[in-house]
Amino acid sequence: MAKIIKVKSLTKKFNGFTAVNDISFGVEKGEIFAFLGPNGAGKSTTIKMLTTLLAPTSGKILVNGADPSQDQDAVRRGFGIVFQDPSLDDDLTAMENMELHAVLYSIPVNTRKKRIEDLLKFVDLSDRSKSLVKTFSGGMKRRLEIARGLLHHPKILFLDEPTIGLDPQTRNHMWTYLKDINKKEGMTVFFTTHYMDEAEKNADRIVIIDHGNIVAEGTPNALKKKTKSASLEEAFLHLTGHEIRNEEAGALDALRQRRHVWGGRH
Amino acid sequence: MEQIYILWKRQVVKYFRSRSRIIGSLGQPLLYLIAFGYGFGGVFARAGQGNYIQFLAPGIVAMSILFTAIFAGIEIIWDRQFGFLKETMVAPVSRFSIMLGRTLGGATVATFQGIVVLILSTFVGFRFTTYYHIPLALLFMFIIALLFTALGTAIASMLEDMQGFQLIMNFLVMPIFFLSGSLYPIQGLPKAMEIATKIDPMTYGIDGLRGVLGGAAQFGTGFDLLVLSVITFVFLLIGSYLFSKIQI
Repeated sequence: MAKIIKVKSLTKKFNGFTAVNDISFGVEKGEIFAFLGPNGAGKSTTIKMLTTLLAPTSGKILVNGADPSQDQDAVRRGFGIVFQDPSLDDDLTAMENMELHAVLYSIPVNTRKKRIEDLLKFVDLSDRSKSLVKTFSGGMKRRLEIARGLLHHPKILFLDEPTIGLDPQTRNHMWTYLKDINKKEGMTVFFTTHYMDEAEKNADRIVIIDHGNIVAEGTPNALKKKTKSASLEEAFLHLTGHEIRNEEAGALDALRQRRHVWGGRH
Repeated sequence: MEQIYILWKRQVVKYFRSRSRIIGSLGQPLLYLIAFGYGFGGVFARAGQGNYIQFLAPGIVAMSILFTAIFAGIEIIWDRQFGFLKETMVAPVSRFSIMLGRTLGGATVATFQGIVVLILSTFVGFRFTTYYHIPLALLFMFIIALLFTALGTAIASMLEDMQGFQLIMNFLVMPIFFLSGSLYPIQGLPKAMEIATKIDPMTYGIDGLRGVLGGAAQFGTGFDLLVLSVITFVFLLIGSYLFSKIQI
Protein backbone atom coordinates (compact mmCIF):
# COMPACT_ATOMS: atom_id res chain seq x y z
CA MET A 1 0.00 0.00 0.00
CA ALA A 2 1.09 3.53 -0.69
CA LYS A 3 1.49 6.20 1.93
CA ILE A 4 -0.89 9.12 1.50
CA ILE A 5 0.68 11.19 4.28
CA LYS A 6 4.41 11.22 4.87
CA VAL A 7 5.97 13.20 7.69
CA LYS A 8 9.71 13.37 8.16
CA SER A 9 11.60 15.07 11.01
CA LEU A 10 8.78 17.54 11.49
CA THR A 11 9.48 20.24 14.08
CA LYS A 12 7.50 23.29 15.20
CA LYS A 13 8.80 25.82 17.69
CA PHE A 14 6.88 28.77 19.14
CA ASN A 15 9.18 31.37 20.67
CA GLY A 16 11.63 28.74 21.82
CA PHE A 17 8.96 26.32 23.02
CA THR A 18 9.08 23.09 21.02
CA ALA A 19 5.50 21.97 20.36
CA VAL A 20 6.42 19.26 17.89
CA ASN A 21 9.88 17.75 18.13
CA ASP A 22 11.37 15.97 15.13
CA ILE A 23 8.52 13.51 14.48
CA SER A 24 8.29 11.09 11.56
CA PHE A 25 5.35 8.90 10.64
CA GLY A 26 3.24 7.80 7.71
CA VAL A 27 -0.42 7.13 7.01
CA GLU A 28 -1.43 4.43 4.54
CA LYS A 29 -3.90 5.17 1.84
CA GLY A 30 -7.39 4.07 2.87
CA GLU A 31 -6.68 3.44 6.54
CA ILE A 32 -8.38 4.86 9.61
CA PHE A 33 -5.57 6.42 11.53
CA ALA A 34 -5.74 7.70 15.11
CA PHE A 35 -3.34 10.36 16.34
CA LEU A 36 -3.51 10.31 20.12
CA GLY A 37 -1.90 12.20 22.97
CA PRO A 38 -2.66 14.12 26.18
CA ASN A 39 -3.60 17.80 26.08
CA GLY A 40 -0.81 19.95 24.76
CA ALA A 41 1.06 16.99 23.26
CA GLY A 42 1.25 18.58 19.82
CA LYS A 43 -1.71 16.95 18.05
CA SER A 44 -3.47 20.08 16.87
CA THR A 45 -0.19 21.74 15.93
CA THR A 46 0.67 18.75 13.75
CA ILE A 47 -2.77 18.78 12.10
CA LYS A 48 -2.41 22.50 11.40
CA MET A 49 0.91 21.87 9.67
CA LEU A 50 -0.54 18.99 7.65
CA THR A 51 -3.47 21.16 6.56
CA THR A 52 -1.47 24.25 5.45
CA LEU A 53 -2.60 26.43 8.38
CA LEU A 54 0.81 26.58 10.01
CA ALA A 55 4.29 26.56 8.53
CA PRO A 56 6.71 24.03 10.08
CA THR A 57 9.93 25.25 11.65
CA SER A 58 11.70 22.39 9.90
CA GLY A 59 11.02 18.98 8.41
CA LYS A 60 9.23 17.60 5.43
CA ILE A 61 5.54 16.85 4.84
CA LEU A 62 3.87 15.20 1.87
CA VAL A 63 0.08 15.09 1.82
CA ASN A 64 -1.36 13.32 -1.17
CA GLY A 65 1.95 13.78 -2.95
CA ALA A 66 2.14 17.54 -2.42
CA ASP A 67 4.09 19.67 0.03
CA PRO A 68 1.85 21.95 2.19
CA SER A 69 4.50 24.65 2.35
CA GLN A 70 5.05 24.66 -1.43
CA ASP A 71 1.87 23.70 -3.21
CA GLN A 72 -0.84 24.70 -0.77
CA ASP A 73 -3.79 24.52 -3.14
CA ALA A 74 -2.94 21.00 -4.32
CA VAL A 75 -2.87 19.88 -0.69
CA ARG A 76 -6.05 21.80 0.13
CA ARG A 77 -8.06 20.25 -2.68
CA GLY A 78 -7.22 16.77 -1.43
CA PHE A 79 -8.48 16.89 2.14
CA GLY A 80 -11.58 17.69 4.12
CA ILE A 81 -11.42 18.70 7.76
CA VAL A 82 -13.60 18.85 10.82
CA PHE A 83 -11.90 21.15 13.31
CA GLN A 84 -11.86 20.78 17.05
CA ASP A 85 -13.97 23.94 17.37
CA PRO A 86 -16.96 24.53 15.13
CA SER A 87 -16.11 26.39 11.95
CA LEU A 88 -19.59 26.92 10.55
CA ASP A 89 -21.15 30.30 10.03
CA ASP A 90 -23.93 30.36 12.62
CA ASP A 91 -25.79 33.16 10.89
CA LEU A 92 -26.18 31.21 7.66
CA THR A 93 -28.43 28.22 7.01
CA ALA A 94 -27.13 24.68 6.67
CA MET A 95 -27.70 24.90 2.91
CA GLU A 96 -25.86 28.24 2.65
CA ASN A 97 -22.89 26.84 4.56
CA MET A 98 -22.78 23.93 2.15
CA GLU A 99 -23.13 26.14 -0.91
CA LEU A 100 -20.35 28.39 0.26
CA HIS A 101 -18.09 25.39 0.63
CA ALA A 102 -19.08 24.10 -2.81
CA VAL A 103 -18.09 27.43 -4.36
CA LEU A 104 -14.83 27.68 -2.43
CA TYR A 105 -13.86 24.23 -3.71
CA SER A 106 -15.05 24.95 -7.27
CA ILE A 107 -17.45 22.03 -7.39
CA PRO A 108 -19.12 22.12 -10.82
CA VAL A 109 -22.46 23.93 -10.76
CA ASN A 110 -24.44 21.05 -12.22
CA THR A 111 -23.42 18.55 -9.54
CA ARG A 112 -23.50 20.94 -6.60
CA LYS A 113 -27.14 20.73 -5.70
CA LYS A 114 -27.39 16.96 -5.87
CA ARG A 115 -24.22 16.40 -3.88
CA ILE A 116 -25.37 18.76 -1.15
CA GLU A 117 -28.80 17.16 -0.95
CA ASP A 118 -27.32 13.66 -0.85
CA LEU A 119 -24.89 14.56 1.92
CA LEU A 120 -27.50 16.35 4.00
CA LYS A 121 -29.67 13.25 3.71
CA PHE A 122 -26.67 11.14 4.65
CA VAL A 123 -26.24 13.04 7.94
CA ASP A 124 -30.00 13.29 8.55
CA LEU A 125 -30.25 17.03 8.15
CA SER A 126 -32.38 17.27 4.99
CA ASP A 127 -35.38 18.65 6.80
CA ARG A 128 -33.28 21.34 8.49
CA SER A 129 -31.40 22.56 5.44
CA LYS A 130 -33.09 25.95 5.53
CA SER A 131 -32.60 26.53 9.26
CA LEU A 132 -29.95 28.87 10.59
CA VAL A 133 -27.04 26.93 12.03
CA LYS A 134 -27.30 28.83 15.33
CA THR A 135 -30.51 26.91 16.01
CA PHE A 136 -28.66 23.57 15.76
CA SER A 137 -27.54 21.39 18.67
CA GLY A 138 -23.87 20.47 19.06
CA GLY A 139 -24.47 17.08 17.46
CA MET A 140 -26.25 18.56 14.47
CA LYS A 141 -23.45 21.05 13.90
CA ARG A 142 -20.90 18.24 13.97
CA ARG A 143 -22.91 16.25 11.44
CA LEU A 144 -23.19 19.25 9.20
CA GLU A 145 -19.44 19.83 9.44
CA ILE A 146 -18.77 16.24 8.46
CA ALA A 147 -21.13 16.54 5.51
CA ARG A 148 -19.39 19.76 4.49
CA GLY A 149 -15.95 18.17 4.86
CA LEU A 150 -17.00 15.40 2.47
CA LEU A 151 -18.60 17.67 -0.11
CA HIS A 152 -15.59 18.00 -2.40
CA HIS A 153 -14.84 14.24 -2.25
CA PRO A 154 -11.56 14.53 -0.36
CA LYS A 155 -9.04 11.73 -0.38
CA ILE A 156 -8.27 12.36 3.29
CA LEU A 157 -10.63 13.46 6.03
CA PHE A 158 -9.05 15.07 9.09
CA LEU A 159 -11.12 14.97 12.26
CA ASP A 160 -9.73 16.84 15.27
CA GLU A 161 -11.63 15.52 18.30
CA PRO A 162 -14.80 15.18 16.26
CA THR A 163 -16.91 13.49 18.92
CA ILE A 164 -16.20 15.82 21.83
CA GLY A 165 -19.45 16.62 23.63
CA LEU A 166 -21.54 14.23 21.55
CA ASP A 167 -23.85 11.64 23.07
CA PRO A 168 -23.13 7.95 22.43
CA GLN A 169 -25.97 7.73 19.90
CA THR A 170 -24.59 10.52 17.71
CA ARG A 171 -21.05 9.25 18.08
CA ASN A 172 -22.06 5.79 17.05
CA HIS A 173 -24.05 7.06 14.12
CA MET A 174 -21.17 9.23 13.00
CA TRP A 175 -18.66 6.40 13.01
CA THR A 176 -21.06 4.15 11.14
CA TYR A 177 -21.11 6.49 8.19
CA LEU A 178 -17.45 7.40 8.37
CA LYS A 179 -16.54 3.74 8.17
CA ASP A 180 -19.04 3.28 5.41
CA ILE A 181 -17.36 5.94 3.25
CA ASN A 182 -13.94 4.70 4.23
CA LYS A 183 -14.86 1.25 2.88
CA LYS A 184 -16.77 2.35 -0.19
CA GLU A 185 -14.58 5.21 -1.40
CA GLY A 186 -11.29 4.22 0.15
CA MET A 187 -11.12 7.60 1.86
CA THR A 188 -8.34 7.89 4.43
CA VAL A 189 -9.49 9.05 7.87
CA PHE A 190 -7.05 10.83 10.18
CA PHE A 191 -8.51 11.57 13.60
CA THR A 192 -7.64 12.62 17.12
CA THR A 193 -9.67 11.84 20.20
CA HIS A 194 -9.47 11.62 23.96
CA TYR A 195 -11.89 8.69 24.03
CA MET A 196 -9.63 5.65 23.99
CA ASP A 197 -12.49 3.23 23.40
CA GLU A 198 -13.29 5.17 20.24
CA ALA A 199 -9.74 4.81 18.97
CA GLU A 200 -9.60 1.17 19.99
CA LYS A 201 -12.83 0.39 18.17
CA ASN A 202 -12.29 2.36 14.98
CA ALA A 203 -8.61 2.85 14.25
CA ASP A 204 -6.60 0.54 12.04
CA ARG A 205 -3.42 2.06 13.33
CA ILE A 206 -2.46 4.47 16.10
CA VAL A 207 0.36 6.90 16.76
CA ILE A 208 0.72 8.28 20.28
CA ILE A 209 2.46 11.61 20.73
CA ASP A 210 3.52 13.20 24.01
CA HIS A 211 5.50 16.38 24.72
CA GLY A 212 5.97 16.74 20.98
CA ASN A 213 7.55 13.30 20.55
CA ILE A 214 6.11 10.10 19.18
CA VAL A 215 6.11 7.57 22.01
CA ALA A 216 4.40 4.59 20.35
CA GLU A 217 3.04 3.40 17.04
CA GLY A 218 1.04 0.34 15.94
CA THR A 219 -2.36 -1.31 15.78
CA PRO A 220 -4.55 -1.10 18.91
CA ASN A 221 -3.78 -4.74 19.64
CA ALA A 222 -0.06 -4.34 19.19
CA LEU A 223 -0.02 -1.37 21.59
CA LYS A 224 -1.97 -3.36 24.18
CA LYS A 225 0.35 -6.32 23.81
CA LYS A 226 3.47 -4.20 24.01
CA THR A 227 2.36 -2.61 27.30
CA LYS A 228 0.66 -5.78 28.61
CA SER A 229 -2.60 -3.84 29.03
CA ALA A 230 -6.18 -5.04 28.88
CA SER A 231 -7.46 -1.91 27.13
CA LEU A 232 -6.08 0.89 25.01
CA GLU A 233 -6.82 3.33 27.82
CA GLU A 234 -4.48 1.40 30.09
CA ALA A 235 -1.88 1.23 27.36
CA PHE A 236 -2.19 4.97 26.79
CA LEU A 237 -1.73 5.77 30.49
CA HIS A 238 1.17 3.36 30.64
CA LEU A 239 2.87 5.17 27.75
CA THR A 240 2.12 8.76 28.68
CA GLY A 241 1.95 8.61 32.48
CA HIS A 242 -0.75 9.61 34.97
CA GLU A 243 0.28 13.18 35.46
CA ILE A 244 -2.42 15.74 34.56
CA ARG A 245 -1.47 18.16 31.79
CA ASN A 246 -2.19 21.82 31.75
CA GLU A 247 -2.86 23.50 28.52
CA GLU A 248 -2.43 27.22 28.60
CA ALA A 249 -5.67 29.08 28.19
CA GLY A 250 -5.55 30.68 24.80
CA ALA A 251 -7.24 33.79 23.57
CA LEU A 252 -10.26 31.71 22.67
CA ASP A 253 -10.97 30.71 26.24
CA ALA A 254 -10.61 34.28 27.41
CA LEU A 255 -13.00 35.40 24.72
CA ARG A 256 -15.50 32.70 25.55
CA GLN A 257 -15.55 33.97 29.09
CA ARG A 258 -16.18 37.51 28.02
CA ARG A 259 -18.83 36.37 25.63
CA HIS A 260 -20.50 34.66 28.54
CA VAL A 261 -20.36 37.82 30.62
CA TRP A 262 -21.79 39.91 27.82
CA GLY A 263 -24.41 37.30 27.15
CA GLY A 264 -24.18 37.66 23.42
CA ARG A 265 -22.03 37.83 20.40
CA HIS A 266 -22.03 41.51 19.70
CA MET B 1 -14.22 35.15 -9.32
CA GLU B 2 -17.15 33.12 -8.02
CA GLN B 3 -15.28 32.69 -4.75
CA ILE B 4 -15.02 36.45 -4.33
CA TYR B 5 -18.71 36.77 -5.13
CA ILE B 6 -19.85 34.16 -2.58
CA LEU B 7 -17.80 35.79 0.20
CA TRP B 8 -19.24 39.17 -0.79
CA LYS B 9 -22.72 37.69 -0.71
CA ARG B 10 -22.13 36.19 2.71
CA GLN B 11 -21.42 39.62 4.22
CA VAL B 12 -24.46 41.15 2.56
CA VAL B 13 -26.85 38.32 3.49
CA LYS B 14 -25.68 38.39 7.09
CA TYR B 15 -26.14 42.14 7.26
CA PHE B 16 -29.69 42.12 6.01
CA ARG B 17 -30.49 39.24 8.31
CA SER B 18 -29.48 41.19 11.42
CA ARG B 19 -32.25 43.74 11.53
CA SER B 20 -31.46 44.75 15.09
CA ARG B 21 -27.94 45.66 13.99
CA ILE B 22 -29.20 47.84 11.13
CA ILE B 23 -31.70 49.68 13.28
CA GLY B 24 -29.30 49.91 16.22
CA SER B 25 -26.60 51.50 14.13
CA LEU B 26 -28.99 54.12 12.78
CA GLY B 27 -29.65 55.49 16.27
CA GLN B 28 -26.30 57.22 16.64
CA PRO B 29 -26.23 59.11 13.33
CA LEU B 30 -29.83 60.19 13.84
CA LEU B 31 -29.01 61.52 17.30
CA TYR B 32 -26.00 63.41 15.94
CA LEU B 33 -28.09 64.90 13.17
CA ILE B 34 -30.79 66.09 15.55
CA ALA B 35 -28.64 67.13 18.52
CA PHE B 36 -25.84 68.84 16.58
CA GLY B 37 -27.99 69.90 13.66
CA TYR B 38 -30.57 71.72 15.69
CA GLY B 39 -28.26 72.48 18.64
CA PHE B 40 -25.60 74.32 16.67
CA GLY B 41 -27.76 75.36 13.73
CA GLY B 42 -28.45 78.82 15.12
CA VAL B 43 -24.85 79.60 16.01
CA PHE B 44 -23.63 78.31 12.66
CA ALA B 45 -26.08 80.52 10.75
CA ARG B 46 -25.25 83.60 12.86
CA ALA B 47 -21.57 83.04 12.12
CA GLY B 48 -22.46 83.43 8.49
CA GLN B 49 -21.81 79.79 7.53
CA GLY B 50 -25.29 79.04 6.26
CA ASN B 51 -27.50 76.05 6.96
CA TYR B 52 -25.82 73.69 9.43
CA ILE B 53 -27.91 70.58 8.59
CA GLN B 54 -26.88 71.04 4.97
CA PHE B 55 -23.22 71.13 6.12
CA LEU B 56 -23.52 68.39 8.72
CA ALA B 57 -25.43 65.68 6.83
CA PRO B 58 -22.55 64.57 4.54
CA GLY B 59 -20.32 64.37 7.63
CA ILE B 60 -22.76 62.16 9.47
CA VAL B 61 -23.31 59.97 6.40
CA ALA B 62 -19.55 59.47 6.21
CA MET B 63 -19.43 58.81 9.95
CA SER B 64 -21.92 55.96 9.72
CA ILE B 65 -19.97 54.55 6.77
CA LEU B 66 -16.74 54.80 8.79
CA PHE B 67 -18.16 52.94 11.79
CA THR B 68 -19.89 50.23 9.75
CA ALA B 69 -16.85 49.73 7.52
CA ILE B 70 -14.31 49.48 10.34
CA PHE B 71 -16.59 47.06 12.12
CA ALA B 72 -17.04 44.95 8.99
CA GLY B 73 -13.26 44.68 8.73
CA ILE B 74 -12.86 43.91 12.41
CA GLU B 75 -15.37 41.07 12.05
CA ILE B 76 -12.45 38.92 10.94
CA ILE B 77 -11.58 38.64 14.61
CA TRP B 78 -14.99 37.11 15.33
CA ASP B 79 -14.64 34.73 12.43
CA ARG B 80 -11.23 33.82 13.70
CA GLN B 81 -12.40 33.18 17.24
CA PHE B 82 -15.55 31.35 16.29
CA GLY B 83 -13.94 29.24 13.65
CA PHE B 84 -15.37 30.24 10.30
CA LEU B 85 -12.12 31.85 9.19
CA LYS B 86 -10.46 28.42 9.27
CA GLU B 87 -13.01 27.10 6.80
CA THR B 88 -11.93 29.74 4.30
CA MET B 89 -8.23 29.40 5.14
CA VAL B 90 -8.03 25.69 4.29
CA ALA B 91 -9.99 26.11 1.06
CA PRO B 92 -8.09 26.08 -2.23
CA VAL B 93 -8.66 29.82 -2.71
CA SER B 94 -6.00 32.50 -2.62
CA ARG B 95 -5.90 34.62 0.49
CA PHE B 96 -6.16 37.66 -1.71
CA SER B 97 -9.52 36.51 -3.11
CA ILE B 98 -10.81 35.82 0.39
CA MET B 99 -9.73 39.25 1.58
CA LEU B 100 -11.16 40.94 -1.48
CA GLY B 101 -14.54 39.21 -1.22
CA ARG B 102 -14.87 40.07 2.44
CA THR B 103 -13.73 43.65 1.97
CA LEU B 104 -16.07 44.30 -0.96
CA GLY B 105 -18.91 42.77 1.06
CA GLY B 106 -18.14 44.96 4.07
CA ALA B 107 -17.85 48.03 1.85
CA THR B 108 -21.20 47.29 0.20
CA VAL B 109 -22.89 46.98 3.56
CA ALA B 110 -21.29 50.20 4.82
CA THR B 111 -22.33 52.07 1.67
CA PHE B 112 -25.88 50.88 2.14
CA GLN B 113 -25.81 52.12 5.71
CA GLY B 114 -24.63 55.48 4.42
CA ILE B 115 -27.50 55.62 1.92
CA VAL B 116 -30.03 54.97 4.67
CA VAL B 117 -28.53 57.77 6.79
CA LEU B 118 -28.57 60.09 3.78
CA ILE B 119 -32.27 59.40 3.30
CA LEU B 120 -32.91 59.85 7.02
CA SER B 121 -31.15 63.20 6.94
CA THR B 122 -33.80 64.54 4.56
CA PHE B 123 -36.31 64.09 7.39
CA VAL B 124 -34.37 66.48 9.62
CA GLY B 125 -34.07 69.08 6.90
CA PHE B 126 -31.32 68.09 4.50
CA ARG B 127 -32.12 69.00 0.87
CA PHE B 128 -30.52 67.73 -2.33
CA THR B 129 -29.59 70.72 -4.47
CA THR B 130 -28.95 68.63 -7.57
CA TYR B 131 -30.06 65.09 -8.21
CA TYR B 132 -27.69 64.15 -10.97
CA HIS B 133 -24.76 64.34 -8.60
CA ILE B 134 -26.14 61.40 -6.65
CA PRO B 135 -24.15 58.75 -8.59
CA LEU B 136 -20.99 60.73 -7.75
CA ALA B 137 -22.05 60.84 -4.11
CA LEU B 138 -22.51 57.06 -4.18
CA LEU B 139 -19.05 56.68 -5.65
CA PHE B 140 -17.53 58.75 -2.85
CA MET B 141 -19.48 56.79 -0.27
CA PHE B 142 -18.31 53.48 -1.70
CA ILE B 143 -14.65 54.53 -1.77
CA ILE B 144 -14.85 55.77 1.82
CA ALA B 145 -16.42 52.42 2.74
CA LEU B 146 -13.74 50.46 0.90
CA LEU B 147 -10.94 52.49 2.46
CA PHE B 148 -12.09 51.87 6.03
CA THR B 149 -13.09 48.23 5.53
CA ALA B 150 -9.56 47.65 4.25
CA LEU B 151 -8.20 49.47 7.31
CA GLY B 152 -10.39 47.35 9.59
CA THR B 153 -9.16 44.21 7.83
CA ALA B 154 -5.55 45.27 8.25
CA ILE B 155 -6.04 45.93 11.97
CA ALA B 156 -8.02 42.74 12.56
CA SER B 157 -5.35 40.67 10.84
CA MET B 158 -2.89 41.75 13.50
CA LEU B 159 -5.16 41.18 16.50
CA GLU B 160 -5.85 37.88 18.21
CA ASP B 161 -9.01 38.90 20.01
CA MET B 162 -11.34 41.79 20.77
CA GLN B 163 -9.22 43.03 23.72
CA GLY B 164 -7.79 45.81 21.62
CA PHE B 165 -11.11 46.89 20.20
CA GLN B 166 -11.73 49.67 22.73
CA LEU B 167 -8.25 50.97 22.08
CA ILE B 168 -8.90 51.11 18.35
CA MET B 169 -12.21 52.86 18.83
CA ASN B 170 -10.81 55.53 21.13
CA PHE B 171 -7.42 56.13 19.57
CA LEU B 172 -8.13 55.53 15.92
CA VAL B 173 -11.76 55.54 14.87
CA MET B 174 -13.00 58.42 17.03
CA PRO B 175 -10.03 60.69 16.11
CA ILE B 176 -10.57 59.84 12.42
CA PHE B 177 -14.16 60.99 12.82
CA PHE B 178 -13.67 64.07 15.01
CA LEU B 179 -10.64 65.40 13.13
CA SER B 180 -12.19 65.05 9.70
CA GLY B 181 -14.23 68.19 9.44
CA SER B 182 -17.43 66.20 9.67
CA LEU B 183 -18.84 68.50 12.35
CA TYR B 184 -17.11 71.82 11.66
CA PRO B 185 -15.44 73.72 8.81
CA ILE B 186 -11.69 73.10 8.72
CA GLN B 187 -10.68 76.61 7.76
CA GLY B 188 -9.01 78.76 10.38
CA LEU B 189 -8.08 75.94 12.78
CA PRO B 190 -5.00 76.06 15.02
CA LYS B 191 -1.94 74.86 13.09
CA ALA B 192 -1.51 71.50 14.87
CA MET B 193 -5.13 70.61 14.35
CA GLU B 194 -5.03 71.69 10.75
CA ILE B 195 -2.17 69.27 10.15
CA ALA B 196 -4.09 66.48 11.90
CA THR B 197 -7.15 67.06 9.73
CA LYS B 198 -5.05 67.04 6.60
CA ILE B 199 -3.46 63.71 7.52
CA ASP B 200 -6.87 62.21 8.20
CA PRO B 201 -8.08 60.46 5.01
CA MET B 202 -11.66 60.88 6.15
CA THR B 203 -11.27 64.66 5.63
CA TYR B 204 -11.05 64.14 1.88
CA GLY B 205 -13.99 61.77 1.87
CA ILE B 206 -16.20 64.25 3.64
CA ASP B 207 -14.94 67.19 1.62
CA GLY B 208 -15.67 65.34 -1.62
CA LEU B 209 -19.05 64.10 -0.46
CA ARG B 210 -20.01 67.58 0.68
CA GLY B 211 -18.90 68.94 -2.67
CA VAL B 212 -20.98 66.57 -4.78
CA LEU B 213 -24.00 66.97 -2.51
CA GLY B 214 -24.15 70.68 -3.24
CA GLY B 215 -21.86 72.19 -0.61
CA ALA B 216 -18.47 73.77 -1.03
CA ALA B 217 -15.50 71.41 -1.38
CA GLN B 218 -12.44 73.05 0.07
CA PHE B 219 -9.90 70.93 -1.81
CA GLY B 220 -12.00 70.31 -4.92
CA THR B 221 -13.80 67.03 -5.53
CA GLY B 222 -11.29 65.86 -8.15
CA PHE B 223 -8.41 66.22 -5.72
CA ASP B 224 -10.46 64.53 -2.98
CA LEU B 225 -11.21 61.60 -5.25
CA LEU B 226 -7.57 61.22 -6.18
CA VAL B 227 -6.33 61.27 -2.58
CA LEU B 228 -9.04 58.85 -1.47
CA SER B 229 -8.37 56.41 -4.29
CA VAL B 230 -4.64 56.34 -3.66
CA ILE B 231 -5.07 55.80 0.09
CA THR B 232 -7.71 53.12 -0.52
CA PHE B 233 -5.38 51.30 -2.87
CA VAL B 234 -2.55 51.44 -0.34
CA PHE B 235 -4.80 50.20 2.49
CA LEU B 236 -6.04 47.35 0.30
CA LEU B 237 -2.45 46.33 -0.35
CA ILE B 238 -1.53 46.52 3.34
CA GLY B 239 -4.74 44.72 4.31
CA SER B 240 -4.20 41.86 1.92
CA TYR B 241 -0.55 41.53 2.91
CA LEU B 242 -1.40 41.34 6.62
CA PHE B 243 -4.34 39.04 5.92
CA SER B 244 -2.11 36.67 3.97
CA LYS B 245 0.19 36.48 6.99
CA ILE B 246 -2.52 35.30 9.40
CA GLN B 247 -1.64 32.05 11.09
CA ILE B 248 -4.32 30.23 12.99
